[in-house]
Formats: sequence, C-alpha cells, structure tokens
Amino acid sequence: MTSDIEFGTLARMELIRRLGAFVLLRLYRMGVMGLFLVKAFFYAVVPPVKIRRVIKQVHFIGFQSTIVILLTGCFSGMVLGFQGYYSLSRFGSDAFLGPMIGLSLIKELGPVLTALMVTGRAGSAITAEIGIMRISEQIDALELMGLNPYRYLVVPNFLAGLISLPLLTAIFDVVGIFGGYLIGVKLLGVGVGTYFGEMSSYVGMKDVLEGLYKSLSFGILINWVCCYKGYYTSIFTGFGAEGVSKATTQAVVLSSVLILVWDYFMTGLLY
Amino acid sequence: MIRIEDLHKSFNGNTVLKGVSLEIREGEVIALIGGSGEGKSVLLKHVAGLMKPDRGRVLVNGNDIASSRGGYLNALRSKLGFLFQGGALFDSMTVFENVAFPLKERTRTGRKEIRDRVLKELSNVGLSGSEDKFPSQISGGMVKRAALARALVGNPEIMLFDEPTTGLDPLIGLSILKLIDAIHKGLGFTGVIVTHEVPRVFDIVDRVAFLKEGKVFAYCEPEEFMTSTKPEVKEFLAGSLGRPHPEGPALFRPCNMDEDE
Repeated sequence: MTSDIEFGTLARMELIRRLGAFVLLRLYRMGVMGLFLVKAFFYAVVPPVKIRRVIKQVHFIGFQSTIVILLTGCFSGMVLGFQGYYSLSRFGSDAFLGPMIGLSLIKELGPVLTALMVTGRAGSAITAEIGIMRISEQIDALELMGLNPYRYLVVPNFLAGLISLPLLTAIFDVVGIFGGYLIGVKLLGVGVGTYFGEMSSYVGMKDVLEGLYKSLSFGILINWVCCYKGYYTSIFTGFGAEGVSKATTQAVVLSSVLILVWDYFMTGLLY
Repeated sequence: MIRIEDLHKSFNGNTVLKGVSLEIREGEVIALIGGSGEGKSVLLKHVAGLMKPDRGRVLVNGNDIASSRGGYLNALRSKLGFLFQGGALFDSMTVFENVAFPLKERTRTGRKEIRDRVLKELSNVGLSGSEDKFPSQISGGMVKRAALARALVGNPEIMLFDEPTTGLDPLIGLSILKLIDAIHKGLGFTGVIVTHEVPRVFDIVDRVAFLKEGKVFAYCEPEEFMTSTKPEVKEFLAGSLGRPHPEGPALFRPCNMDEDE
C-alpha cells in the first residue's frame, strides 16, 4: 500500500519534472529566436552592409518570385470577381465589385498571399541553404575567418525581404485587380467606369498604407523564421540531411502560421 | 603557444571532455588521436574558439580564447588556420574565390596582390589550373587541398587540422600528410592534427596526445607512444595497426574461452 502511494508520488513528480523541462526548453528556444532577431536588426543598421549580397538576395527573393506572384495574383482576383459579383448581386450591390476587390486585395489578400507564396518559394530555400552551410561547417569557417555570419547570411535576406515584399505585394494587388476586371467587367458585364470609379472612391491611401505596413512586417517575419531555422539546424533539429529537412519543414509551417496570426494583430491595430 | 587547462565539456548530460590539460609549444606539431567519440574534434573546436567549455581555459599566446568575444576573439582567430573535415569550402564560389575570400573580406590587400597570393598558394598545394572550378566539380582530395590553401593564405601562426585524410584513399591521404609536413617545414606554424592515421601521422609530428575517456591518457613522443606498455595504448595500437590479437581473430575464438581459462 505504502509503495503504491510512493510510486504514485514519484510518477507525478516525474511528470512535473518533464513538463518543467519541456517548458524551460521552449522558453530557451524562444529566447534564442528573440536574440537572433535583435542581432539581425543590430547588424542591419550598423555598417558595413554587404550590398552585393543584398542585391543578389533581392534578385532571388523578389525578381525570381515574380512569375508565381503574377499567377496567384491574377487568379485570386478572378476568383474574387466571381465570388464578389454573386454575393453582391444578391443585394443589388454589384456596382461595388471594384471597391470590394480593391479593398480585399490591398488590405488583406495581397500582403498575406504574397507572403505565403514567398515563404514557400524563397523562405524554404533560404532555410535549406543556411542549414546546409551549418552542417557542412561553412558557417564555422566564416566565423574562423573573423567574419560575422549575420552580416553575410542573415542581414542581406532581411534587407532583401524588406525591399521585395512590398514590391511583390504591389504587383499582386495590381494583377489581382486586373483579374477581377476581366471577370467582373469583361465576363459578367459590370461597367468599366463603375468598376474603377467606385474603386477610386472607396480605396484610400490609408488602405494602401495598411497593406504596405503588413507586407514590410511579413518581409521581416519570413526571413526571421527561415534564417533562424537554418542557422540553428544542427543544434535544434538534428544533424545531416534529416536535420535540414526538418528545419525547412518547420520554417515553412511556422512562417505560414505566424503570417496569419500576425496579420490578425496587424488588422486589429490598423483597423 | 597553446595551453589547455582542465577543460570540461558535456552535451545534453553526456560528458565528452572530463578535464583535458595539454600544452603545445611554439613551432611544434602534435597528433591528437583516440577512438571515435572521444572528443578530439570537440577539443580542436575549443582551441579555435568555436565552442565554449563548461569549465577550464584554452590559452592561445597567453590569451583565453574561451572567454573572448567580438573583435578580441576575431583578433585571436586571425592567427589561426583551420582545415575542416569536409573542407567547408563555400559551394557558391570557385576554388579561386574561396581562397581569395579571407583576403578580400578581412584585409585591404589589392586585387593584383590577392591574385598573386592565391595562385601561389594554389600552386603550393598542387592545384594550379583548378582555380575556376567549383567545389562540386573537384575530387575529395582536391577539396582538402583547396581548403588547406584557404587556411594558409592568411599566413596563420597556428594550424588546426580536423581529420585531414578522412574519406580519402590511402595514397591521397599520404600525399595530404606529406603536404602538411612540407608546408610546416616551410612556414613553421604550430599545429594540431586530429587523425585516425596511426601510425603514418607519427612521421610528421613531434608529439602524440592520446585521448581516452575524456582525458589525455598519454602525451609523449611518437617513438615512446609506439613502445608504450600501457594496456590501453597497446589495445589502441593493435586496433589501429591491424595487429592480430594474440588469441586469434575474435570471430574464430570460442565464446567460452574466458570461462575455460
């Protein structure tokens, strides 16, 4: 009887110990991730900045994502054209198709879908590249040369993200509005003047700025998560190809979830 | 030159180094040997300041590299060259760009001088004509040579070699060891070679440090090490040299031999 009680107590103690260890480990990793962001900001504002690497990353994150953004932007606008027209026409408000598409894209869908597409296309590649550099000791080699890996691997991605995301979002918005125009005006018969006229009446600079702020913050968020996951590949996710694979998956999942969560808070703040 | 004092290191509760102490004199090259997982590479990374110990000190020219940070650590590292096990060449750069990288980024050397120094270094390691190739286009031995050229281009006072012959065939491995020896004779650096190349590495080193159970079990000249009567050293040498066990190969010994005796 006594031993049963002792066993139960020991089991509870072990459970509490494990729970405590789990919480401490999570807190530690969150701390490391926070410090990673602070260091990245610090080295981004303190010269020297590796301009050539920034340009290379703008090409990779921005320019090479253009086709994907054009396609997703166009089809998102076309879907909005259909859905918006059928919803609005039930209330006899199909004249407001232009503002509906414009506001949806500029304030919400443009920044969010662009960020998600960039995460899938460029974010995963950034994690894999930095992760492979970590497991093949290339980052150690940089450190041993007395060079700061943040300046070479992290800061250029951060700056490239800050430059590319707003531009890609703008392309997404414009192409999306054009897609909505194709469906609403050309296919479903909304007047071209009504479409663009109502849009210019209802979409203001505040809405454009809201989209801009969101896309800037997503540019930081994507590179923060993806660079961090790659940088700590062998430490937090394991060694070898499996470690890089895990890091890449975690980077894409965490970035995507954080984009949507952060979007909620941004919308609440900017409403 | 390098002094390691009571170094302790553990990973997730698994203790790897349990109080390593070692002194390497200026201009001396030592071999750091021991079984797999004994912490040889971990010890080497502590000397380079890539890992922080749980306890103990690593003094390089009297300065504790383990507690150094920022610019001070970089100044200490500028005296170090490190040959990584896999070479650690940057994949996106050619052999020439890899070797030129530390000069370009860390010094104010002019373009022409960088070119001359890189070509000279590549010629020293026998890689003339491979400047424009990428690491993926050259063999494992050539990668090691290119990495050696990159490590040497800054004229380091201390060279650290992490298993320079691992993954290479015996002939190429021997050529790398000979190359290290020749370069050492030319430059006179202080060196630490982590290796499993026993006894071939003994020809090019001044002393041998044998790591066992997280400590330096033996630290002596190669001849003394080879004639050691310590059972642990004899067992290690028997395994490394492929000497037959006095009772025959384990596979063919009866399982109950010990009990019978």
